[in-house]
Amino acid sequence: MGNEESVFFSRVLTELTLSFHIIYATIGVGIPLMIMIAQWLGIKKQDEHYILLARRWTRGFVITVAVGVVTGTAIGLQLSLLWPNFMELAGNVIALPLFMETFAFFFEAIFLGIYLYTWDRFENQKKHLLLLIPVAVGASFSAVFITIVNAFMNAPQGFDLVNGQLVNINPVLAMFNPAMPTKVAHVLATAYMTSAFVLASIGAFRLLKGSDHIYHKKALFLTMKIGLIFSIAAAVIGDFSGKYLAEYQPEKLAAAEWHFETSEGAPLMLYGVLDDGEVKYALEIPYALSILAHSDPNAEVIGLNEFPEDEIPPLYIHYLFDGMVTIGMWMMALSLVYVVGVWMKWSFIRTKWYRWLIVFGGPLSMLAIELGWWFAEVGRQPWILRGIMKVEDAATTSGQVDLMLLLFAGLYLILAIGSTVVLTRMFRKNTVEQELADRELEKEGEFR
Amino acid sequence: MTLEIVGISVLWFFLFGYVIVASIDFGAGFFNAYSLFRGKQHILTGIIQRYLSPVWEVTNVFLVFFFVGIVGFFPKTAYYYGTILLVPASIGVVLLAIRGAYYAFTTYGGLKHKRYTYLYGLTGLFIPASLSIVLTISEGGFVEETASGIELDYWALFTSPLTWSIVVLSLTAVLYISAVFLTWYANKAQDEPATELLRKYALIWSVPAIITATGIIVELRGHNPEHYSRLVDLWWMFAISFILFVGTVYLIGKRKAYGVAFGLLTGQFFIAFFAYGISHYPYLLYPFLSIYDGFTNEAMAIALIIAFIAGLGLLLPSLYLLLRLFLFNKDYVQGKRNDHA
Repeated sequence: MGNEESVFFSRVLTELTLSFHIIYATIGVGIPLMIMIAQWLGIKKQDEHYILLARRWTRGFVITVAVGVVTGTAIGLQLSLLWPNFMELAGNVIALPLFMETFAFFFEAIFLGIYLYTWDRFENQKKHLLLLIPVAVGASFSAVFITIVNAFMNAPQGFDLVNGQLVNINPVLAMFNPAMPTKVAHVLATAYMTSAFVLASIGAFRLLKGSDHIYHKKALFLTMKIGLIFSIAAAVIGDFSGKYLAEYQPEKLAAAEWHFETSEGAPLMLYGVLDDGEVKYALEIPYALSILAHSDPNAEVIGLNEFPEDEIPPLYIHYLFDGMVTIGMWMMALSLVYVVGVWMKWSFIRTKWYRWLIVFGGPLSMLAIELGWWFAEVGRQPWILRGIMKVEDAATTSGQVDLMLLLFAGLYLILAIGSTVVLTRMFRKNTVEQELADRELEKEGEFR
Repeated sequence: MTLEIVGISVLWFFLFGYVIVASIDFGAGFFNAYSLFRGKQHILTGIIQRYLSPVWEVTNVFLVFFFVGIVGFFPKTAYYYGTILLVPASIGVVLLAIRGAYYAFTTYGGLKHKRYTYLYGLTGLFIPASLSIVLTISEGGFVEETASGIELDYWALFTSPLTWSIVVLSLTAVLYISAVFLTWYANKAQDEPATELLRKYALIWSVPAIITATGIIVELRGHNPEHYSRLVDLWWMFAISFILFVGTVYLIGKRKAYGVAFGLLTGQFFIAFFAYGISHYPYLLYPFLSIYDGFTNEAMAIALIIAFIAGLGLLLPSLYLLLRLFLFNKDYVQGKRNDHA
């Protein structure tokens, strides 16, 4: 296997691992917050339904977290196994957040074990809720630290390169790079948003499948509210991300927007196709790109013409970007109409077709997460460390990457099937109605 | 003490932690599967499940901590070990992933079938075997530097008696450590039949464990004389380790103080593990990479050490809480409460 093939297969394997891991990672970051909100509401309102909601979400969460942990271990090792040259260089500057991530993860793992096995152990429910805080904090901080590493790959700083040698290294400066604030905020907000919509999708599905229990209605309303809040946050942060890109990675923004020539008052291109370098059938919004990039309709936006041919990312990222934004906007609208609808007692939000839209909202949000990460990663090409190291120079020289790709593809297939089967069985066998009835009996002392 | 020594000591310490907690986990899985095979599952399953359930995820983190830490402190290891270990480490990770995920699926997800118990038991043997190969490779002699980079000589690796000795040692150590710990745990649970059975396993596996450990030293004499002579210089550490070993076996044999026995065993492995580590100094990979030429810059090293101390301040109380609530909680250990979500 030539080195070109090693590079190719290393890219495919990394993309596969990340695409699979991000599903479980996103849920793993978002769900603890949802559980926390539900349990807190349950304690505050003295409402058994919210407590049970927290309890059932926790059970599902453990399954997804297990897959998240093992695939996270895989990507952690693959960074060194597939990109040894990159890790050798980057390790000198950005090892700190990677190291801190293991602590956050450690913290989360310990308290998850405790939280999981101390339901009913405390007289005071609030004590049990306290144990969840380190889980949620640990999960979110894992995401923060890992995203910092990714931000560094986009906007490396905190060192000087003199004759190929790294000098003046400042690990803290490397962490607080320009890409970090928007990236971290966007990853967190979208993780909460997606988790909320995935849970909403389950609630809507149950209601469609004949269960008319108030439990599901409460769950649906709660998750749609949370989803709405975080989808608005994600959109606002997305706007800041546009400004970051215009300033620090103009080639990424230009490629995503098919903005070929540097110009003032640039329009935003939505969808469309490329025909011989000509944009056709696109929806053109005048001045919108200038506003996105600089908050000024007449501002100058740098085009792709300013960059050498071999330093421009592939132009198909336009579709990834548009797909992500479209889904985000759609989910914001869907949840806004739902929440307003509940307040205003609109009846159409309880119709079958609207609930089906909510059911599809979960997978759609997850698709947006995938599109966003593909956009982030492909949009950085050809660089692995922007301006410093190219992907083709970073990969392993080992000849067995193709075999490892098959091995890991098999693993992810097994894990995907296993987790899906287990999750569906868990909740189908033990329905909410069943469990509520059991707990009633248990309280009366007839059941134990 | 130089920063290099601090760095490698921290990492070695965590690797030791992983060796102990993972051995308990791997061995428990194997004993569980074996007792199912022999139709004695009712004796062991309860004890083993109760121990493993709240802690399985923590075990994994020790390993992640080690490999993230080593790339942090010694970035050159990413180049050397990253390139060489693609296949063995990938296999290890895949096994770990299947094992971890299916543990959660069966324990929390109600997936019940004999084949998962066997899967869990067997991966518990294959994982230490595949991970222990890294130690063999670090002794040198299996890596070639060519024009296009570095390569692992699989043929030399798999035909070397050293490789197989270390594999066998990893297996006997796993079973021995696990059996001693579980004897203590079962005894705390006042589970008479389980204690007796595990005590028997502990005594059975003590002999092969000490023989294979001694065997490695002999193997090294031919394979890596430099390392061997440094090992011999540390003979007194191995002597203390051996005395602790005798103490453990004595206590287990006399059915006395199982907790102390496990303490002595931890001491035995701690001293032997560090004696091995110290004699390996200064090499991370014979003869290509030492801790001095592979070390990160000073700014990063200090940042990592500060992060480490802050992290420990957070972790130690949490670990203590975990142990207090489960390992040292009478009601929980004896199975009187579960409180699972």
